[in-house]
Amino acid sequence: MKVLVAVKRVVDYNVKVRVKPDGSGVDTSNVKMSMNPFDEIAVEEAVRLKEKGVATEIIAVSCGLATCQETLRTALALGADRAILVETDVELQPLAVAKLLCALAAKEKPKLVILGKQAIDDDANQTGQMLAALLDWPQGSFASKLDITGDRATVKREVDGGLETIEIGLPAIVTADLRLNEPRYATLPNIMKAKKKPLESMTPAALGVDVAPRLATLKVVEPPRRQGGGKVADVAELVAKLRNEAKVI
Amino acid sequence: MTTLIIADHNHTSLQAATLNTVTAGQKIGGELHVLVAGANAAAAAQAAAAIAGVARVLHVDAPHLANPTAENIAATVVAIVKSGGYTHVLAPATGFGKNVAPRIAALLDVAQISDITVVESPDTFVRPIYAGSVLATVRSSDAIKVVTVRATGFDAAAATGGSATVESVAAAPDTGHSKVTGQELSKSERPELTSARIVISGGRGVGSAANFKLLEALAAKLNAALGASRAAVDAGYVPNEYQVGQTGKIVAPDLYIAVGISGAIQHLAGMKDSKVIVAINKDPEAPIFQIADYGLVGDLFQVIPEFTAALG
Repeated sequence: MKVLVAVKRVVDYNVKVRVKPDGSGVDTSNVKMSMNPFDEIAVEEAVRLKEKGVATEIIAVSCGLATCQETLRTALALGADRAILVETDVELQPLAVAKLLCALAAKEKPKLVILGKQAIDDDANQTGQMLAALLDWPQGSFASKLDITGDRATVKREVDGGLETIEIGLPAIVTADLRLNEPRYATLPNIMKAKKKPLESMTPAALGVDVAPRLATLKVVEPPRRQGGGKVADVAELVAKLRNEAKVI
Repeated sequence: MTTLIIADHNHTSLQAATLNTVTAGQKIGGELHVLVAGANAAAAAQAAAAIAGVARVLHVDAPHLANPTAENIAATVVAIVKSGGYTHVLAPATGFGKNVAPRIAALLDVAQISDITVVESPDTFVRPIYAGSVLATVRSSDAIKVVTVRATGFDAAAATGGSATVESVAAAPDTGHSKVTGQELSKSERPELTSARIVISGGRGVGSAANFKLLEALAAKLNAALGASRAAVDAGYVPNEYQVGQTGKIVAPDLYIAVGISGAIQHLAGMKDSKVIVAINKDPEAPIFQIADYGLVGDLFQVIPEFTAALG
């Protein structure tokens, strides 16, 4: 069975982001970019399915600028077989990405699409659920365990009160949560091999998708900084301050 | 302008975040309706009708909503939104809300706006991005705004004083897409993490699941909820539902006590709006001290028992 994995290029999780002086957005020039950590988990899960003989082909997809090719090469080095870049310089919002992936799913006919549950830049947590809606497929979101038997998938999901297990029919969407697996690192030989794997580029127009943003970002600001740094010498002082100064216990 | 609020509930009562979502709805303005979709959920519907400011409660009751799936909730909500002429659909940004709201938005062919913390106008909202390092003000050009509401951004609406009418509405048929076959829900005597007045969280420094007992003893004295950093959850000290942070739970209690937590930005994203922050860590350079009101440099294995004993 074919598995499609969506990967997003984001500002690396270790970078302290800065707002552009004009407040129009976040400065992403000259900062380290990486694959969204949740998408690494998604790719890893697909690779494990292939190693188990469940998946036969893994197609990695990214949508955005030409530089997303680097992210796709990472996915190929981790074990994806081929890659598709939907290239555009329009700011892509989750609904637009879901529509692009929907068009690609119609073309490639995967049995499973795995995405990260959330991108760490816009923190939207939407694309997987939206894609499931557009395809009218079941969604196994926030997955911490995935088992596939024949045409059914069992997904253990992280929910507010603990864990929930659902059974869904394939084709389906799964979004990866943190505990789904621990992603491997790409080895140097695999990074070299990835350079020769096929990477196809196409445009949103070729897929017949209107990607115009629905949300306008009016401004971005840094939140007021919390004044911290106070210290107490010992437990007695801490308890006294919490009782008499902060009055919270 | 009419807003439909999708209640997060357990059929007998409402999850606390539903009340904060009602407040966000009040800031948008217009009439507020609350949808309670469940099975034998009359008690939750009555609770919704008692919330101050709610005009109508739509009560959908069907056996296939006993363990509701996103597919079935979305199908019902979309039918109601289309026939009811709603301009806004709000859900709390809980696990439930985050699962269903994007599905609803996509079926309506509109954007979804996640985790809003401020309502600036009926079409303009503020939401944190990049783990809360940045606040973005966004305006929607869609006819229907589908929004999830971060509970810590809004006060809870009064749970009593309202007298909304409760009206039965039919559920959309079971999509048959998905079936809940099991649940492992934590049974804790501690208050619920996202609505507790005091939260004590442990990190990697706590060292083991057994050591978390130290924090439990302190939590029992303070009637506090227990939380954890991602490191402690990944290490298996506590289950996933304890995780506080960018991709876990967002909390803003009166008092947050971080124990053995270094303070990665991803963790701070989930707790930095707490009223008072205490940090206990043996590393004086730990970044958590920079945002703590009261930092105590020390070995938690001495400090926590002493703290517990000092509370008498």
